[in-house]
Amino acid sequence: MALLEVVDLRVTFDTDDGVVQAVQGMSFAVDRGRTLGIVGESGSGKSVSTQAILGLSPGARTTGHAYLDGVDLLDMSESELQSVRGARISMIFQDPLTSLHPLFRVGDQIAEAIRAHEKVTKRDAHQRAVEMLGKVGIPQPDRRARDYPHQFSGGMRQRAMIAMALSLHPPLIIADEPTTALDVTVQAQILELLAELREELDTAVILITHDLAVVADVADEIVIMYAGRPMERASTTAAFTEPHHPYTQGLLESIPAYSARTGKLQPIKGNPPSLLRLARECPFAPRCPHVREECRAAPPPLKPVGHSPGHLSACVLPPSRVGLVAPVAPALDAPNPDAPTADRPITEAPTADEPIGDDPIDDDSVWSGQV
Amino acid sequence: MTETDGGVLLELTDVTKSFAVKTRVLTGRERARVHAVDGVSLQVRAGETLGLVGESGCGKSTLARVMTALQPATSGRVSFKGRDITHLARRRLRSIRRNVQMVFQDPYGSLNPRRRVGSILGEPFAVHGEASGEERKRKVQELMEVVGLSPEHYNRFPAEFSGGQRQRIGIARALALRPELIVCDEPVSALDVSIQAQILNLIEDLQDVFGLTYVFIAHDLSVVRHVSDRVAVMYLGRIAEIGPVEEIYGSARHPYTAALLSAVPVVDLASNRRRRERVILQGGVPSAIDPPTGCRFHPRCPKAQQVCREVEPELGPSESVSSEHLVACHFPVRREDALAAAAWEEPTPSKITTLPAGGQR
Repeated sequence: MALLEVVDLRVTFDTDDGVVQAVQGMSFAVDRGRTLGIVGESGSGKSVSTQAILGLSPGARTTGHAYLDGVDLLDMSESELQSVRGARISMIFQDPLTSLHPLFRVGDQIAEAIRAHEKVTKRDAHQRAVEMLGKVGIPQPDRRARDYPHQFSGGMRQRAMIAMALSLHPPLIIADEPTTALDVTVQAQILELLAELREELDTAVILITHDLAVVADVADEIVIMYAGRPMERASTTAAFTEPHHPYTQGLLESIPAYSARTGKLQPIKGNPPSLLRLARECPFAPRCPHVREECRAAPPPLKPVGHSPGHLSACVLPPSRVGLVAPVAPALDAPNPDAPTADRPITEAPTADEPIGDDPIDDDSVWSGQV
Repeated sequence: MTETDGGVLLELTDVTKSFAVKTRVLTGRERARVHAVDGVSLQVRAGETLGLVGESGCGKSTLARVMTALQPATSGRVSFKGRDITHLARRRLRSIRRNVQMVFQDPYGSLNPRRRVGSILGEPFAVHGEASGEERKRKVQELMEVVGLSPEHYNRFPAEFSGGQRQRIGIARALALRPELIVCDEPVSALDVSIQAQILNLIEDLQDVFGLTYVFIAHDLSVVRHVSDRVAVMYLGRIAEIGPVEEIYGSARHPYTAALLSAVPVVDLASNRRRRERVILQGGVPSAIDPPTGCRFHPRCPKAQQVCREVEPELGPSESVSSEHLVACHFPVRREDALAAAAWEEPTPSKITTLPAGGQR
């Protein structure tokens, strides 16, 4: 059984302008020792979906199920949730300066979190706080525990947040954009630290980010969200090498590193829809290069696609049509140990003069013949 | 990208910019100074895009402000088309300013929320007495069309536009007087990926159409690689390395550049069969108030030796790279170094097309 399993989560907010449908039909699961990446642009519902299951979004109306070790978090009372937050699921936020109290010493804040959940003496709690600070790589932890947050650099504050999140050894950590405010060199340190601690403590991690490169680096599985809906769910390798949903493909083609610098970037046309006025159609339909009649009727459900198990996509395109299509010939220089073999043929790319974007897909056989 | 015609548009010679911090309340005497830019010399050539990268606090934005004459240099010389603009009077600067414009990071903070787009974009024409009345309106609407905004939105307020559209307004404003040089300070970092690509394409298209020269500042190294012809890497107020984009990304000579590049997570799963070596730099950037002696990078550098602690290296040519490629290091990274393996590999297009199904991570 998965450690956390979220089923058909829906979150709405009543506002003066109408009902905001922040999350609709979100489902995911994460196991011990694994990292799940939730990726999406601003307003896609990636943060709300994890905050709502912990009762951290005031004013939200939440339906669905979120089973933590089989117990539904959404049925819990506030005091029951309080015993879960911090002890069994803890969170790391983007901005460590605003999530640490500026007037309390760092060590005391960690000790307080420990004492809120466990009956230990102040001295023991403080001792454990110092140990945790040392574990996350803060030099001279006994001295630095007496510092205030402003005396820490950005990377150190994020380490302190991680120390606090880990101090009760929770089986699940939710990291919401943990490295977005940091420089790349410090981001590399923090990601490395998270990976080490996950291994050592067998913790499950949910990593929420807008940065595809970060999830590519650390996640085992990813969910790609758009306008409050999961668009694609797959192992990280499958999501990046055999994306199915046109939105995922669009995202990958928008990244400069992907389209070799000689080529032009292929941006997704238009803007994300307003969550106040969502039409009945697939939310991506207005921007989708492959939109068809059936997309307008209802948002397609997640269904299995591609060749790897657990690869789901909410798109009506034929399930076998996966892969990024770049109009270039494969380089012939180095032998590729992962080269496709007879029993595992590659998805063939169309030639340069028939890019899929301009080609209405009415002939499915073009694709299904290859796989 | 575009062919550079080689003429030097903007030249900085040993430019420094420092700010007083911690002044005494009564005497006004300073107790400390931040050396944000400390001895930078570089040339921006007509028609090129010069990328400027570095971690926060390395002085790249301060350098941008000095380049655009928004702030005077503390010492050194800034010249635009051979004319010294370092100490020009405000009035004299006006003619420079129409030739050197800036696009800012925050499309929310850089547009006055109480003014309509038409008035924001009409401002440059008004300030420089270029056009008025109907003619100004016509020019503004032309401008809106050029950057992909609908001219009917002339009377809207900035709040009625999305982040990407606002950045288009910021670009239109910079473009209004047909400048020769535009300094873009993190123009896409506040935008979502799909919108970011739209703006990057716009910036490139405008360069082709109007023959613009760009200085492009960003912390996102993939974005800089995509747009730049040459790249300068800054560390603590100085240039660590400068050179053609492919040499910087393909064969970085400065250990800092190599470490910086290795820290960037790359969406390139197909190459995971040989995962990039990663150099994790210890600690953070030291304070610019009291920078380390000798080479500023030595406390974090895996190759540091005694001489690095004592002598500050000068920016100069290095072996086996082109003469365009300068590095400030006593012991530049060599092919056989572990650090060289850490630098970016060329992402060959084959990694995109040959899709190894179920490749192992």
